[in-house]
Amino acid sequence: MTSFKFSPPFLTGANRVTLQMVQVIIALIPAIIALVFYFGYGVLIQIILALVTALLTEAAMLKLRNRPLKPFLSDGSAAVTAVLLAVAIPPLSPWWLTVLGVSFALIFAKHLYGGLGYNPFNPAMIGYVLLLISFPLEMTTWLPVSSLASQVPDFKMAAELIFTGQWQGQGVDALSGATPLDQMKTQIGLMRSPEYVSSQPLFGMFGGLGWEWINIWFAIGGIWLLYRRVISWHVPVALLGSLFLISTVVWIVAPQVSGSPLFHLFSGGTMLGAFFIATDPVSGSTTLKGRLVFGAGAGLLIYLIRIWGGYPDAVAFSVIIMNMLVPLIDYYTQPRVYGAR
Amino acid sequence: MRRPVSDFPGGLHLPGHKKRSTQTPIRKTPLSKQLILPLQQHIGEAAMPIVAVGDTVLKGQRIARADGHVSVCLHAPSSGTITAIEERPIPHPSGLSAPCIILETDGEETWIERHPIRDFLQHSAHELRQLIRDAGIVGLGGAGFPSFIKLNPGIHHHVDTLLINGAECEPYITCDAMLMRERAEGVLDGIEIMRHALSARDVLIAIEDNKPEAITAMQLALGSRQSLADADIVVVPTRYPTGGEKQLIQVVTGKEVPSHGLPIDIGVVCHNPATAYAIGRAVIHGEPLISRIVTVTGTDVTHAGNFETLFGTPIKALLEYCQTRRQPDEPFIQGGPMMGYSLAGDELPVTKTANCILVGVDEAAQTSEPLPCIRCGDCASVCPASLLPQQLYWHARAKEFDQTRDYKLFDCIECGCCDYVCPSKIPLVSYFRFAKTEIMNQERERNKADHARERYESRLARQERERLEKEQRQAQRKAALAASKKAAAAKADRQEAPVPPAKKPDIAKEGQ
Repeated sequence: MTSFKFSPPFLTGANRVTLQMVQVIIALIPAIIALVFYFGYGVLIQIILALVTALLTEAAMLKLRNRPLKPFLSDGSAAVTAVLLAVAIPPLSPWWLTVLGVSFALIFAKHLYGGLGYNPFNPAMIGYVLLLISFPLEMTTWLPVSSLASQVPDFKMAAELIFTGQWQGQGVDALSGATPLDQMKTQIGLMRSPEYVSSQPLFGMFGGLGWEWINIWFAIGGIWLLYRRVISWHVPVALLGSLFLISTVVWIVAPQVSGSPLFHLFSGGTMLGAFFIATDPVSGSTTLKGRLVFGAGAGLLIYLIRIWGGYPDAVAFSVIIMNMLVPLIDYYTQPRVYGAR
Repeated sequence: MRRPVSDFPGGLHLPGHKKRSTQTPIRKTPLSKQLILPLQQHIGEAAMPIVAVGDTVLKGQRIARADGHVSVCLHAPSSGTITAIEERPIPHPSGLSAPCIILETDGEETWIERHPIRDFLQHSAHELRQLIRDAGIVGLGGAGFPSFIKLNPGIHHHVDTLLINGAECEPYITCDAMLMRERAEGVLDGIEIMRHALSARDVLIAIEDNKPEAITAMQLALGSRQSLADADIVVVPTRYPTGGEKQLIQVVTGKEVPSHGLPIDIGVVCHNPATAYAIGRAVIHGEPLISRIVTVTGTDVTHAGNFETLFGTPIKALLEYCQTRRQPDEPFIQGGPMMGYSLAGDELPVTKTANCILVGVDEAAQTSEPLPCIRCGDCASVCPASLLPQQLYWHARAKEFDQTRDYKLFDCIECGCCDYVCPSKIPLVSYFRFAKTEIMNQERERNKADHARERYESRLARQERERLEKEQRQAQRKAALAASKKAAAAKADRQEAPVPPAKKPDIAKEGQ
């Protein structure tokens, strides 16, 4: 026995922060493969770019804050932020967009609040919202899924587009199109019915074409996290449940307002948000009842913003707004303590 | 066999490591040349020595008497001579010293005259309690609370259930299990006496299901005892901390002890099987509490097992007897790995609360720097009291003690489950203990300040009263003077100088 603790308990479980973060990244792998399949290698380049930026930013901030590098660089939290932001950014976005988003997330949303464990907001979503508000054009130039695209960028082409903005004279915008959520919103704005909109080639069986599979793979990764007890079921179930509930009610009462409940569950960032973003322990609610409230609130806001807000998708805004309410939620959802009346 | 009716939230399934110390029967530790007997081996006031250096004593002779209400007597574990009454290091988390009686044994083991009571039913509850107090019996589960107090429900309470806590849920510890396996009859003797003293309606004996031998032995003994025909053995699922008094009550009765209350408030009295056994020995055999069964185990112990050990035996002798691979200064644990505390020196004696000596644990806790709390909530999901440990941690760390109270700090039973599962390896229990100590210190300070203020205010009042009395006296004197002046108007009067006003108290000096 080499080390000895001097205060009880003298036993310890195997659970570690790093292990949890690594498992989150592992759970993202199926959906990342799906993203690459539908949108090309740009996704991978963005992830690598984000990871490098995250590690450099994290190291620089730790240095500036006079904190030990090794335990915090190896905890995996910066990598999780980087990957989550990278998969949310359009695959062929210019390199500076990713670098700016990731470094802003880590500097302003994480380290200026005290680093790991102290951030009141989900750093990846703060980075995303900064980019969305500041660079709405770049942030909405999504590629069409590969089966609809006139040209699917290979690795070299994607790298050139990301780092120079040009490939053989054409820019990213020449390749991009509206996302299904985008399309649904604008077409309904033009008084077209949701059924008509979802019969267009951009749409699949029940969600956006390709997007529904990406969402399914995010969900499968999330269910694996549930099985590994890295996350609890409360947030995903509450979020998806409330989103499903309100979209069903509106679908029944006023079908012309928006897409079907399934469309909302399997489009955009729904599953990513439900299993990977809203379940962030640091910025989320910690009580079980609180997590139900948190998830339900986020699900409701996602729908409200998607339908009546200014942006096609709303996962980031919803999670951040719910983050603000966490102290309040936590205070009023304390469990009944043993022996209390 | 009664099924447990309820469950408690949280808890952990820990590896038991109980086989290690249950391979051999209970053995007696050899008599030590010197026995070190701390005067305080129980919660409450230390006992008062009633022997002097040089006295010869017999085995079982009382050498210190109970002092105050929460206190018990102390007896010589063997015959011999008192060689000193002095401060010695005692087993305590902070390694402090306390007054001890040192007994040099003569090896004769000559007993005092014993007065066994076979027909204890003829004796009143009060007499039995007195006897149990005089026999020095305290809770042998590890807390050491004087047992006679817990056998006195008072006139306002009715005891529905006498609950015997044979759960023994901490890993490694097996002293209660082995006692029940080998001395079930003796345990039942004590249970009968306790039931009589409490006038308890039901008797339930709870044992975790990882101790089938103990369950069988107790069932067998119970089956042949008419007087306890209605007692029940409750087999409870093995889960830490089922043996926590509150958790066991919840499992067995489905009821919760009110916060800041006692089990007696819901008609339950809980005792440990070893305490029951000691009570049986004291009443039926006339033997005071002079020894206990200690589990000596751990990865570094060669001959682990359970040992009937006289109090005062140096732990060193016990460890030598079992052969350990322990380095001279390497700490060991008294109690279990979850709630015990580490001790360094082995010159410390075995006391009434020493249920287990643990040398080396598997998967020993790392001393690495903890990472920040990521609010994962794992701690809350294992807390058997349904607390929010991470909120308590934030507030304890920030010394926001009012908030720790809002989050029910004092309902924490310090079981260590939260600490065990924390992915950031934060020593949560240490923070909670720190906060509790700080709050209690603040309260003591406040009481002291209140006391000082009261004293100051009463002094002010007294001074004011004295001043008024003085003025009154002066007024009377003046009146008398005026009267005499009138009588002798011609005489000039210059003798009465004006009286200076009463001196104001110096507030700066009086403060705090």
